[in-house]
Amino acid sequence: MKARNFRYVRPASLQQAYRILEEGGGDAVPLAGGQSLLAGLNMRLSAPKLLVDIGELRELGGQSHAGGVVRLGALTRHRELLESELTRTRLPLLARAAEHIGHAAIRNRGTLGGSLAYADPAAELPACCVALGATLVLGSNAGERRVRAEDFFKGLFETDLKPGELILAVEFPERAAEETIGFGELARRHGDFALVGLAAVATLVRDRIERARLVYFGCVERAALARAVSAAVAGSSLPLTDQAALAAAIRTDLSPNDTPGLRADTKLHLATVLTRRVVNAFAARAAA
Amino acid sequence: MKAVDALGEAEIEIEVTINGRTVRRRVKARQHLADFLRQELELTGTHLGCEHGVCGACTVLIDGRTARGCLTLAAQVSGRTVETIEGLAESGRLEELQREFIARNAAQCGFCSSGMLLTAYELVARGRKPSRAEIRQYLSGNMCRCTGYHAIVDAVEAVAARQAEGERP
Amino acid sequence: MSADAPVAGAIGARVPRLELRRLLSGNGRYIDDVKLPRMLHACFVRSPHPHARIVSIDTQAARQAPGVAAVFTAADINPRCEPFVGVALHRPGHRSPPQSLLAGERALWQGQPVAMIVAESRAEAEDAAELVAIDWQPLPTVGDQLQAIAPGAALVHPELGDNVAFDFALKKGDADQAFAEADLVIEEELRFERQMATTLEPRGLIADFNPGDGSLTVIHAHQSPFQMQHVFSRHLGIPEHKVRVVAPDIGGGFGMKLNIYGDEIATAVASMILGRPVKFCADRLESFVSDAQARDHRIRCRIAVKRSGEITAMEMDDLGAVGAYGMPLRFNVAEGMMAISLMGAPYDFEHYRARTRSVYVNKNLIGMYRGVGMPLACVAAELLTDLAASELGIDTVAFKRRNYRRPESLPCVTPGGQKLESVSFHACLDQLVRLIDYPALRREQAALRERGIYRGLGIATFCEQTAYGPPYYGPSGAAISTQDGCTLRLDPSGAVRCVTSLTDQGQGTLTGVAQIVADAVGVPLEQVSVIGGDSAISPYGGGAWASRGTAIGGEAAWRAGRMLKRNILALASAITQTPAEALDIVGGEVTNARTGQAVISLADVGRIGYFRQDTLPPDFDVQLSVSASFVANDRMYYMANGVQASYVEVDCETGFIKLLGQWAVDDCGRVVNPLLVDEQVRGGIVQGIGAVLYEECIYSEDANLLNGTMADYLVPMADEMPDIVVAHVETPEPSTALGAKGIGEAGLIGAMGAVWVAVNDALKPFGVRILHQPFTPERVLDALARGRAAGR
Repeated sequence: MKARNFRYVRPASLQQAYRILEEGGGDAVPLAGGQSLLAGLNMRLSAPKLLVDIGELRELGGQSHAGGVVRLGALTRHRELLESELTRTRLPLLARAAEHIGHAAIRNRGTLGGSLAYADPAAELPACCVALGATLVLGSNAGERRVRAEDFFKGLFETDLKPGELILAVEFPERAAEETIGFGELARRHGDFALVGLAAVATLVRDRIERARLVYFGCVERAALARAVSAAVAGSSLPLTDQAALAAAIRTDLSPNDTPGLRADTKLHLATVLTRRVVNAFAARAAA
Repeated sequence: MKAVDALGEAEIEIEVTINGRTVRRRVKARQHLADFLRQELELTGTHLGCEHGVCGACTVLIDGRTARGCLTLAAQVSGRTVETIEGLAESGRLEELQREFIARNAAQCGFCSSGMLLTAYELVARGRKPSRAEIRQYLSGNMCRCTGYHAIVDAVEAVAARQAEGERP
Repeated sequence: MSADAPVAGAIGARVPRLELRRLLSGNGRYIDDVKLPRMLHACFVRSPHPHARIVSIDTQAARQAPGVAAVFTAADINPRCEPFVGVALHRPGHRSPPQSLLAGERALWQGQPVAMIVAESRAEAEDAAELVAIDWQPLPTVGDQLQAIAPGAALVHPELGDNVAFDFALKKGDADQAFAEADLVIEEELRFERQMATTLEPRGLIADFNPGDGSLTVIHAHQSPFQMQHVFSRHLGIPEHKVRVVAPDIGGGFGMKLNIYGDEIATAVASMILGRPVKFCADRLESFVSDAQARDHRIRCRIAVKRSGEITAMEMDDLGAVGAYGMPLRFNVAEGMMAISLMGAPYDFEHYRARTRSVYVNKNLIGMYRGVGMPLACVAAELLTDLAASELGIDTVAFKRRNYRRPESLPCVTPGGQKLESVSFHACLDQLVRLIDYPALRREQAALRERGIYRGLGIATFCEQTAYGPPYYGPSGAAISTQDGCTLRLDPSGAVRCVTSLTDQGQGTLTGVAQIVADAVGVPLEQVSVIGGDSAISPYGGGAWASRGTAIGGEAAWRAGRMLKRNILALASAITQTPAEALDIVGGEVTNARTGQAVISLADVGRIGYFRQDTLPPDFDVQLSVSASFVANDRMYYMANGVQASYVEVDCETGFIKLLGQWAVDDCGRVVNPLLVDEQVRGGIVQGIGAVLYEECIYSEDANLLNGTMADYLVPMADEMPDIVVAHVETPEPSTALGAKGIGEAGLIGAMGAVWVAVNDALKPFGVRILHQPFTPERVLDALARGRAAGR
């Protein structure tokens, strides 16, 4: 399908972008990588009047590492998460997750900021950011503010972004030495949206999990810390054996819906299997 | 009239380098790059199979990297370089891939081939020798309904292997 | 085979499809690449409801939208087209109401076209489409075949009294007795969800009516230009000799681009009304609700076996939901008919009973799609035989060897009525068993089972009707020609031009024709050019469907080539004053047949034949153009066969299935081009895998399509597919010079059987069967859960 008519503007600066977005109100949407937005427009799923192309704003680019914080600009492309030395060494969870995002052509254009702003519950990056305890740096005409990732995702495709606000960057605390990561997703075909996915960060002491942050995607409405499951695995020795406790914790944290071809109970089952596999892989990672 | 109706333009002047030539045109804001190439410039080698970014038939290179022509606005590439199957074929950079594809009949109807070749080109240009599994994974965003993929993987593997032995693609 | 049969030369060579250099440099000319002067673009407003009354349509706002040339509704379009009746005349009781191009009073499926916008661009047409205001009154829906036959069901066509389009039974011997006496009976119900061919290039055409002379030219991404020439002529009232249908480069067909589509015919009507070319290219979202679909069957089937392993009887009861109408010409009762006709065809048993019912539902029409009903027959028989063998403790390969029709028993007629003549079940199986190292795979499977890794090996044999002849469509009343022909011309340069009635959507049929012509005449392949798919310039023919191109059109090309050779030699004889019997044509030169020495070049023969006839005897008749057609008047089909193996691993915790390998041994008669044939098999196999593991149209209970995008309808991509090994047995078709049967559908047919059996084989330790295609992870998990609940 061809998209409906809309207007287009490419602001020369971040300040100009803020002004335009505020003036345009709900009829103006930011365009970064466009991999989600343009697909939706091509299917006539929405009807914005104005696209504000922020894809080349300098202020939204860049990656840095200073003072115990890794900062990725909102326009960091998914491909860069896979390829940059900084993310591969300091944020391996993002590099791991990026392998599963779409395909090369999508990863060349799609952005970190775009993925977080869109907040697709089947997307990998929102879950990873919550698991990593990241902080989003948001900006608008009114100034900058910071929001923890775990507070940012409010509901189905719903975030804490206020009208006229943009994600500027994402800040990740430096990884402690004992921290290990886990990642897994079940998708019918490589690059498809996950049926069930899990991003995890844990602190291991030998084969015992001290602390864990588990965040699901695919079978949830929004990226959120799975508190019951995280608590259930904390204190466990690997490999996990108490399937029943795990399953019960998962049922506490996840309330998936039936979707065509995949019932809620199947999603819960798959989440249980995936959790066991991802968590048991912590040991291999920690040893490595 | 709302404020938003005065912001931005419905038609945009763009200047973009297409297959090495600088092109200036006035485009509708909503026109995606694939339609711009096909309709404005009559470069019809880039194909449309879905217009939702899934099938890969519309794959082009933007600033040297693969991108979906249907998920990019023509307006977005003003100031950028775009290369299509026609340009790459003419430049000879696809010669080896084309030869291996043809020798193995790694194309039948040809509709996926533009996108498939450009994606394969990007993979091979990375210079490392990918395994068959890696080749399959890299091509996993390019749908082919005719070949079943095996011959395509063989072709890409052959080119990558030769390149690893020191010959230029 | 006759003495005039081809000897290997270009025929038998591995030649890539000749169009590839052009297509792989972005120089294809697919339908959407074509622009004509003053061309307009069409799009359709389609019913969002599976069944609804159209209370009113307001097109005023749409007509005034920017760029719009016209907005048409049923009142404008339908009267200009003779309605279609998709009934096969030779099938007593087959019923379908007449179908018009646009829905008038009622829409009977979600996606049925209701209004048509014609505008300066597709985008503007779509903008205007949103402005068409339709007042709908939803009606009760028949959502699936069980709803269709339930007592008190809502009716898709009230005038028919019920929803049954066709009900046909056949029987042989005494099935009841055989089942009563059997040592083992296995009975199951199999479900096949609705699927789509999903060609990468959607449907499209440009209809160009010229008001200056009342002619209609249609550039049509269609597999059978001659069928459409007839259809446009007959239904739009244009004399047939003023209709020309030309196929451009086509991005895949697989049978889907063979059907009759109201939106396509309406495009021609629009061109007639407006006097300008009109292009309609379906986009992907549109194709999901408008392309003819496939499968959608519930099949109850059973097998009766003696303890010794001898099959005594089979039975099949098929219930297919064919959509809202019969498909005109390409009758959609064919899937069910072929399923019951081909069931168990490779096996020697006497007693058989089968029934097929095609029923109407409020869904899109089922049409032709690769394999038609043959994959269903393969799945049913191969699953039942494998399960039977397993229950009796007999190895599945041994079971097949025991029960296959023996070569000595040929020719024969199967219980389903199939004529088998030159099939090769044992030879193919023997080669397959060697190819896969069957005992090694079984040992590996057993060893891994001990470790809780569940792999399955499925072997599936099939028969495939190819290259239908006049007895197939003739009695049905459908004006579908099963002949094909070609015209050959020696050019003054010495090259040979060929115009064939065949078409090519990627399978390489025209390349095969070039090879055949090259050998028939005696010229190098590079000196042959082939054009196909133009109804005005080639002999009348059928085009591409039912795996027929090489077998039929290739045979015609062989004949034409021999004729041209004779004419060239006659001329060469007159020029060189040598008897024609002493001459031959080799490598593009006329040679001394005995010594091989060059006598005169074809270029010189051509030059003299076209420009220097004054040097020839006054009564010598130069005929350097010839035409020949071929059809096998009394042959319903050729019967090809093959066998495939699939090796899979099932993750029993997630239900995900991994494909470890796929092998095919195929007998399609003489192999004209092994490269193209192997690649056809591979492509078909992946479509078969797609069918078993991934593809389905998911509907709500009331027939709303829920997954109509490429993200949600899952077509196989490279990462999940296995490597595929193909080998051949060649048992030539005895009735033709070329000896070729067909290959286009074999890959899909065998793969569906092999993967069904393989997955079920993997689950045998759990005592469960999975019988609902596609085998999604949830269906696998549900099957395993059923097993656990039953205490296995």
